[in-house]
Amino acid sequence: MQFKLPLFPQQASTVAGQVDALYLFLVLITTFFSLLIGLLILFFAIKYKRTPERRAEQIHGSTLLEIIWTVIPLGISMVIFVWGAAIYFHERRPPANALEVYGVGKQWMWKFEYTGGQREINSLHVPTGRPVKISMISQDVIHSLFFPSFRVKQDVLPNRYTDLWFEATQPGTYHLFCSQYCGTKHSGMIGEVVVMKPEDFEAWLGSGKVEGSMASNGEKYFQELGCITCHRPDSGARGPNLQGLYGRPVRLSDGRTVMADDNYIRESILNPNAKIVSGFQPIMPTFQGVVTSEEDMLQLIAYIKSLGEQSGQPLNNRTTPTMIRDNEVPNIQQEKKDNPQAPAGKKP
Amino acid sequence: MSHSQTTTTEHHPALAHQFDSMAQQREASNLGMWVFLLTEIMMFGGLFTAYLIYRLKYYEAFVAGSTSISVSWGFANTLVLIGSSLTMAMAVWSAQQGKRRLQVLFIAMTMLLGSVFLGVKAKEYYDKYEECHIPGSSFNAEGGPGCESGDIAKELVEREHIPLEAARQTAHQTQIFFSFYFAMTGLHALHMFLGMGLMTWLLLRARRGDFGPEYYSPMEYGGLYWHFVDIVWIYLFPLLYLISRHR
Amino acid sequence: MSTVTISTPPKLEMPVKHYLNDNYGIRSWLLTKDHKRIAILYLLTLTFFFFLGGVFAAMIRLQLLTPEGTLFQADTYNKLFTMHGVNMVFFFLVPSIPAVLGNFLVPLMVGAKDLALPKINLASWYIFIIGAAFALAALVSGGVDTGWTFYTPLSSGYLKTHVITLAVGVLIAGFASIFTGLNFIVTVHRMRAPGLTWGRLPLFIWSNYATSIIMVLGTPVLAITLILLALERGFHIGIFDPKLGGDPVLFQHMFWFYSHPAVYIMILPGMGVISEIVTCFSRKRVFGYSFVAFSSIAIAVFGFLVWAHHMFVAGISTYSALVFSLLSFAVAIPSAVKVFNWTATIYKGSVSFDTPMLYALGFIGLFTVGGLTGLFLAALGLDVHVHDTYFVIAHFHYVMVGGMVMAYLGGMHFWWPKLSGRLYPEGWAKLAALITFIGFNLTFFPQFILGYMGMPRRLAAYPPEFQVLNVLSTAGASILAVGFILPLIYFLWSMKYGEVAGPNPWRATGLEWQTSSPPPTHNFDHTPVVTREPYHYGEEDEEEVPVVP
Repeated sequence: MQFKLPLFPQQASTVAGQVDALYLFLVLITTFFSLLIGLLILFFAIKYKRTPERRAEQIHGSTLLEIIWTVIPLGISMVIFVWGAAIYFHERRPPANALEVYGVGKQWMWKFEYTGGQREINSLHVPTGRPVKISMISQDVIHSLFFPSFRVKQDVLPNRYTDLWFEATQPGTYHLFCSQYCGTKHSGMIGEVVVMKPEDFEAWLGSGKVEGSMASNGEKYFQELGCITCHRPDSGARGPNLQGLYGRPVRLSDGRTVMADDNYIRESILNPNAKIVSGFQPIMPTFQGVVTSEEDMLQLIAYIKSLGEQSGQPLNNRTTPTMIRDNEVPNIQQEKKDNPQAPAGKKP
Repeated sequence: MSHSQTTTTEHHPALAHQFDSMAQQREASNLGMWVFLLTEIMMFGGLFTAYLIYRLKYYEAFVAGSTSISVSWGFANTLVLIGSSLTMAMAVWSAQQGKRRLQVLFIAMTMLLGSVFLGVKAKEYYDKYEECHIPGSSFNAEGGPGCESGDIAKELVEREHIPLEAARQTAHQTQIFFSFYFAMTGLHALHMFLGMGLMTWLLLRARRGDFGPEYYSPMEYGGLYWHFVDIVWIYLFPLLYLISRHR
Repeated sequence: MSTVTISTPPKLEMPVKHYLNDNYGIRSWLLTKDHKRIAILYLLTLTFFFFLGGVFAAMIRLQLLTPEGTLFQADTYNKLFTMHGVNMVFFFLVPSIPAVLGNFLVPLMVGAKDLALPKINLASWYIFIIGAAFALAALVSGGVDTGWTFYTPLSSGYLKTHVITLAVGVLIAGFASIFTGLNFIVTVHRMRAPGLTWGRLPLFIWSNYATSIIMVLGTPVLAITLILLALERGFHIGIFDPKLGGDPVLFQHMFWFYSHPAVYIMILPGMGVISEIVTCFSRKRVFGYSFVAFSSIAIAVFGFLVWAHHMFVAGISTYSALVFSLLSFAVAIPSAVKVFNWTATIYKGSVSFDTPMLYALGFIGLFTVGGLTGLFLAALGLDVHVHDTYFVIAHFHYVMVGGMVMAYLGGMHFWWPKLSGRLYPEGWAKLAALITFIGFNLTFFPQFILGYMGMPRRLAAYPPEFQVLNVLSTAGASILAVGFILPLIYFLWSMKYGEVAGPNPWRATGLEWQTSSPPPTHNFDHTPVVTREPYHYGEEDEEEVPVVP
């Protein structure tokens, strides 16, 4: 049994100090008001203790006091609110130059992958001095990724990417928890985040065995699934060009404009009918049941992210829609069943 | 102003012991009934809110699902239920007038119309069963073996001229429409069944001559309940049956 | 200044006929329409569930003595915290004061012969029993391990325990609370004695009235949420399951839409009790009556607007998080106003330290701490760190146990003479109150630290550095258990051996004290007429209070 009794975890991120400062402020407020009330009660109870001669003074109240002790707590609350909101806003805006890491939570382990293809289970290596953004999703139920030393957490949801970012400041090894109850081995879904100096981190990245970067694995998968059949850069292609798509606004056939982010790409693969790009037909088959593992999905997204730079124009490289007859749409799934070896979608 | 002794002239047989007068009893039970209806509104309201959220998210699928249920039967049922509210209101009026035979007649008519409603719903549910549109492991909106009539994908292609692939995805998503269809009409039907039970009890009491001008509260509240269930249906019908019918 | 003449009071006798001995036999109890007997039925039922939930708590604390957590298997532990939470929230805290003290006292306090709808009242107890039966069935058939919050898709598609049975039990029990609330609303509106205007109502009535509004508006939403969960689980329909196109976060919105107001259902009646006790034992009218009364209504209204503060990291948008955080600070203010008003009530009073007052003072202190730690959770940036950790557990136990359970015990001691006609043994009671206070703080204060240190909730095993604080907490729990068991023993003892109380042992104002202890079945021999404000203690102490035989 350890006898050290610390009151808060190490501060290992840029935001930890800010959170602790707010915490300290609130501890002071709580202590102050609790002591105030506690001591007042004790003092009054003793000073006005019942004796045979004692007569209580029947006071009605005081509107002035009521106003004072409504307005002052309200004012203090507003200070706390603004302070907390400022930290929260900061935490919700990952910086643009963040190191991207992908996470998949599943019962009952954490899987992390770097764009270079390095993979970890239940541990995460990060450098100091550089923001790290973890985009994550759950394979099954809701989990929550929690780094006490960084003071950040975010629920990890099925079917939807959420993200969390931090910038580590202190080399060391710290806890990583699942903080959303997720079944039998919820307590076992625990790991460690290893913060290293940048040079050490680079060395670590290069040290393990890597089976291709995420983007290159994603490209292989992209070919295998036959996506290239429709998603070609030429003007006659049946599907929108994916070059430079990621991160740009997309105009849809119903008039809306949406951002092509991770969730958009994922939805387009699993539920393509939901958002049709303006100028294209709703002919894309769904890959629900084909792309089943979240890790595989992440490879595809990483590949699409890697295609081209961003420019400001909304993506709509088609002015006239191309008429497609039903028998022209390649049946990818059927082809795979017929001829598993051949790359799909060869015929026009 | 304190009335500690109740005089025998004031003592209506239906006056409950906790009340001092029939007027107080009427006001209290009236307030109670309305508060109860408020709780029912909150319950259906939660369900309706969830429905609206998914309707926004899966609009095309909701249109497709809505088209696959029969407007004619739904409309017929709406008329039946409105008719039953009319007969119920007549029953309450008859009770106010103290007309025993009329009360019984009108309650019986209300029950008859209510049964017709439930019968039609049973038929509609059976149709959905035949088309394999009942949510769960056997759900199939693309005309599986034995339920070819339930091929929503085909209907979509024919009606909307969209590619088969898109139609199939929309058809697959109609399961959530049908989940709400069964949950909402099912909860409503449950309330109808409870209403029928209530009507039976009122029928027996009316036959016994319990109700007259000084005391007809149970009829009045039974009427309120019945009207409430009717109003829920009047919301359900357009929400479920009439999505984008103009198309 | 008049002197109080102290003459030897006549030896008190129990009234010959009262609600307890009016009729004997099990049928007279199971078919009763008397609100007082229904209150006793609830008392027995809820005491059972409180101790059942307590047994689960004991097992949790024993498991957490060691970091490896080898006392119970993980699955069993998950069931323990689920059943502890469900039991305590739905089968003890939500009904507690309204169904026991409220049922007993509301008609008495408004000067009525019974509640407005006595048959509905009895029905509410039976509905509660049916719901409880389902819950016990779920327990006996192996227990459920969803957590008391039933989050999807875990509960709807990934667990093999009898989730539907438990969900059905909870939703049925919810209807019991709807009926209780409905009854109180109608009673307060329509059954007040002549002269009893809204401005003369005891604050216990105001609190229960506000609670009833929440019960009536919020509980139906829980009902529909659990129905949808059961349908999803039974038929795999995809309302909350993302694999079928559903949204698991929608479940959280619907669940918390009820469950946040539910915490105000749990605390508001307790606040009403405190107002009654603090005034009586300071011999003084409450400071700022209108403000205390309206703060209950404000809490009820605002309580419906803050539910998503349980979801700041659940994936809601930043902007909605802002709104809910702001409103969560707003809802704290009326509670603060109450605390200040109670403190001011004691000022220049004439204070005695009978057991009810000890519990009330304990409440004020512990509720203040618990409520203020709620501000930590309302602050967005801080909540991100402490959400789903032991900090939250400590916060809600401070308000629920340090607040609500203390208020319940205080109320039980205050009104025990009225319920039973007997006095409890004051020495033992004071001892129990002290033991409870110490045990409580030792159990839950370390959990604030544990939470900030980063220990998540619902862990069957934890990293070793958290052990010291966990051991302290378990030690506290064993003391707390003693504090809770003692009243059970001496209340039962007092039924036979306690001193006869007489109609008004505390010389309290309030119509309930104007009738005998225990009261007759019909409550009042003559309908009271109210001409004075509530808490007219000044007048009480100027002259000897005529004791109504």
